[in-house]
Amino acid sequence: MLWTPTRIVCNTLINLKSEIFGCYVRILVRREHSSLVSLSSVPFKKGKGEHRNLRLLPTLRLYPRIMTKEETSAERDDMQIDGRELEHLQVSTIPGGFSADYLKLYYGKLFPHADIYRWLSYGNDGKHPACDHSYFGRREFSFTLENDIYVRFQSFNNAVDMENSIREKCPYKIDIGPVYSVDPAKRHAYAQSGNNVFAPVERELIFDIDMSDYDDVRYCCSGADVCLNCWPLMTISMKVLDTALRDDFGFNHILWVYSGRRGVHCWVCDGRARRLSNEQRAAIADYFRVYKGGENNVKKVNLTGPVLHPFLARSYTDVLKGFFEGKLLASQNLFATIERFQKILEIIPDESIASELLDKWQGNRRSSISKEDVNVVRWEQLKHVLQSGKQKAQGLRRCVEEIIFTYTYPRLDMEVSKHMNHLLKAPFCVHPKTGRVCVPIDPYNCDNFDPTTVPTLSQLLEELNMSGMRSESEDEWERTSLGKSIKFFRSSFLSPLLKSCKMESLYNSKVKQSKNALNW
Amino acid sequence: MEIVRSQRKPADAAVVPALSLYRSAPALEVRLEDFELYAIDRLRVLQGISDGLSRGKKPDEMEKLVSELWRAHMRLQDPSEEMNKDIISHFVLRLVYCRTEDLRKWFLSMETSLFRYRFRLESSESQRLLMSEFQLPYKAISHAEFETVKDKLNQVARSTGPSSNAETLFFKVPFEEVPELVAGRRVFMLKGFAYVAMNQIVSLVATQFRSNLSKALVLTNSRKWTSTVRDKEKNRLTPIVEALSTGYLGPDYSQPKEFSEISLKDIDQLASSSFPLCMRHLFDKLRENHHLKHGGRMQLGLFLKAVGLKLEDALAFWKSEFSQKVGAERFDKEYSYSIRHNYGKEGKRTDYTPYACHKIISSTPSVGDHHGCPYRHFRLVDLFNQKSDVLYFLVFIYYNSAMHTIHCESIRAAQKSIVHMLQIFCFSIIVVCNCHSLFNSEENLRAALGKMGVGGRSLDDILDKVRSRHYQVACTLTFEAVHAASCDSGINHPNQYFEASQKTLQTTVS
Repeated sequence: MLWTPTRIVCNTLINLKSEIFGCYVRILVRREHSSLVSLSSVPFKKGKGEHRNLRLLPTLRLYPRIMTKEETSAERDDMQIDGRELEHLQVSTIPGGFSADYLKLYYGKLFPHADIYRWLSYGNDGKHPACDHSYFGRREFSFTLENDIYVRFQSFNNAVDMENSIREKCPYKIDIGPVYSVDPAKRHAYAQSGNNVFAPVERELIFDIDMSDYDDVRYCCSGADVCLNCWPLMTISMKVLDTALRDDFGFNHILWVYSGRRGVHCWVCDGRARRLSNEQRAAIADYFRVYKGGENNVKKVNLTGPVLHPFLARSYTDVLKGFFEGKLLASQNLFATIERFQKILEIIPDESIASELLDKWQGNRRSSISKEDVNVVRWEQLKHVLQSGKQKAQGLRRCVEEIIFTYTYPRLDMEVSKHMNHLLKAPFCVHPKTGRVCVPIDPYNCDNFDPTTVPTLSQLLEELNMSGMRSESEDEWERTSLGKSIKFFRSSFLSPLLKSCKMESLYNSKVKQSKNALNW
Repeated sequence: MEIVRSQRKPADAAVVPALSLYRSAPALEVRLEDFELYAIDRLRVLQGISDGLSRGKKPDEMEKLVSELWRAHMRLQDPSEEMNKDIISHFVLRLVYCRTEDLRKWFLSMETSLFRYRFRLESSESQRLLMSEFQLPYKAISHAEFETVKDKLNQVARSTGPSSNAETLFFKVPFEEVPELVAGRRVFMLKGFAYVAMNQIVSLVATQFRSNLSKALVLTNSRKWTSTVRDKEKNRLTPIVEALSTGYLGPDYSQPKEFSEISLKDIDQLASSSFPLCMRHLFDKLRENHHLKHGGRMQLGLFLKAVGLKLEDALAFWKSEFSQKVGAERFDKEYSYSIRHNYGKEGKRTDYTPYACHKIISSTPSVGDHHGCPYRHFRLVDLFNQKSDVLYFLVFIYYNSAMHTIHCESIRAAQKSIVHMLQIFCFSIIVVCNCHSLFNSEENLRAALGKMGVGGRSLDDILDKVRSRHYQVACTLTFEAVHAASCDSGINHPNQYFEASQKTLQTTVS
């Protein structure tokens, strides 16, 4: 077989080369299609502006398995490859999935270090006298390295430190912890000096919703899997929480992030949210808590009182009810089989009503050949029985709401939100199992978010490869599908946040806080 | 003798006689024995509150308990003497409980509870006075503002209970000030503000009290204890102070007792003889699924540590189970860390203390979790709210007699028919009462207790306690039923259960 290189100039691989192997590298990656991808480079000097001088450097040689005569005859200029072929190459050159080498490139070229730094500095990186210059340095970062080596209490004095460390260590996962009273990396040194207690002082209010907590109410997937039938459960969770955080709690700077596989994370970044005590965090988490799990607890949702709290009522009428009836009923086929509707009937406290419905549905399995969806029909029957004038009992009327809450209301991981020192994965990390990037989600447009089209590491590198030939713009990520996520992060989250931080620090410098004179 | 010289002038002449905010230490002379005796009396009150809370008493029960405790230990003939005793004992205990984070935490929550229930006992007039004494910057909302949110406020009031005579006096406060009202969704929230009704004001005041005391305790530690009292009073007050905090903290289960080292081969036998239900449940689930989620691993793991399982044995034990599900390699990678962590061999390197009942009861197990207190988490709460107790009682009698017959019967066929008959009978009654689901959830507990060998009369007693939410009492009764021995101190800690059980078993053997 004939193997001749097609040369494509590739800017992306420089860091890989420089940081792992020094100067001169040639890496072969074998993949399923058994085409060979070889990276080779000329020696280059590592030094100032190392990755700016890309043009000098490495080349990616593609060795397609089958070559035509013309192609083999001469080394072609990359620009001559036509678009269709590029499309094809895009699929076949970077092997799918996840690898340390790819990650290195990702951190080198695409990861928005500067934005993360500016976010977590909260305006304390400027020259303003009110800036707390130790602020960023007291933030804990944790890295998960290859082979599940977990390194806690990393801290960085500035953006350059952080960027260098991330690139050098190439963590599989970066977790962000709280801001401590002292630099977490030097906590032992401070511990000896006595007075300085090492304790968290600030932390974003965070929420973690995980699809695997919904396993008892979804039938399309289970565990770590998600599909477009169950993902909307996350969408409505975001809607319910986002609205309440803004309207009830008055928070404005809320960042929603796809967790990379099966859930979403929420970062509430207002100053007020960051300074909440553990007790206050627990209170907010409890405010949101409706669902009470536990395997031996039959009824997971108990709504008491003659009416719902305004927050629950609003969530119910604005989001949950419409979603349950309009979407979930049919998409999960909640009434299609006996096991499924029996589960719903168990929620009804009145056994006679439950068995009446059970008999009815078991009996007419065949007869209902009407065009209407069986789930919708049965749900209407159930509602009719429970809400008809006959049922005076409060508990039964409330039951319809309880069913809907059981199946749709957000299920939070309470522990994550309750404590300041809980770690949470940083946005723009790459999930090692799926290779997908943890991109921000627009809460106002979350219906259109599709977890199955979130860019993957290999896809991004591929895009970079392809576009490398076309343009040489400043920011690499602009040429990839990560671009719009980073733009969204900046425009919708970061810049309003920093603006308000500026206002806050101005305000603080004006108002001298008189401390409570407390007697012992 | 003067304990402490106040750094500020003492507060203005007491406006409200009964309840002090303890803003400043009094410039009083105290006899040395009073110093200690007053403190011990107050400690008895706080200890009583702590017990009441961990038994899950409801607010009105707590109110009663607090006033009883106060009357028993703190009441004096002369009101001004009593006031002095109150203040002196409070400040002595501040010294005692300012010295470590754990001590501060306990003292803070007990004092706040005490304050809360004493505040509730005050007249509304003096409540208002106390509020003004806190100098809270909140004003009642205007009539115009009230009108705009009236519907929502009503909705909240109705959602929390049928009572509530339309309250019209509301305070608009940052939600951070009233965490417990937020947590219970008992206030209307708008743009970061909570609308607190006058009858909820106790939460606001208690939070304020708590935060003042919390700051003050840290100051007491740094300014008073470490800098002056500890050394200057080395021969006089320091020994008293140090003795006071250790004498009453209850037994410490953080270190396994020497005699109680257990080995891996005994563990199954011990689990069935001496584990409390919560641990047995975890243990059984672990054996069954070869896996436990984090909460369960912590609860069981720390318990086993305190029982006397050594680190190597613990690793072997968990590995033998987990490796059946996730494989030995993944166990070493992902789970062994946290076990070593529990034993203080990783991370912060603190030797973690096993969970006490209070912590277990207040945990919040979610889907797939097995930790928590079975007495609390196995069953439904709030079902009794709307039904009449009489009907329940009837149903229970039928149900129990049915169960009883089943147990007595020896022939299978007869059993079956009786079961069938009674089931129908019960079912009809249950249907009448709309309460079948109560049995579903209670059956889990019933079955679990049955597995421990509890039945008949004592089972009913236990379930009765569970229904009235006395989970620790239920656990104590279980202990008594299983061991046929009394447990006067009550169960406050799973390891206490274990040790008491071992002790009972050993005495019966020897």
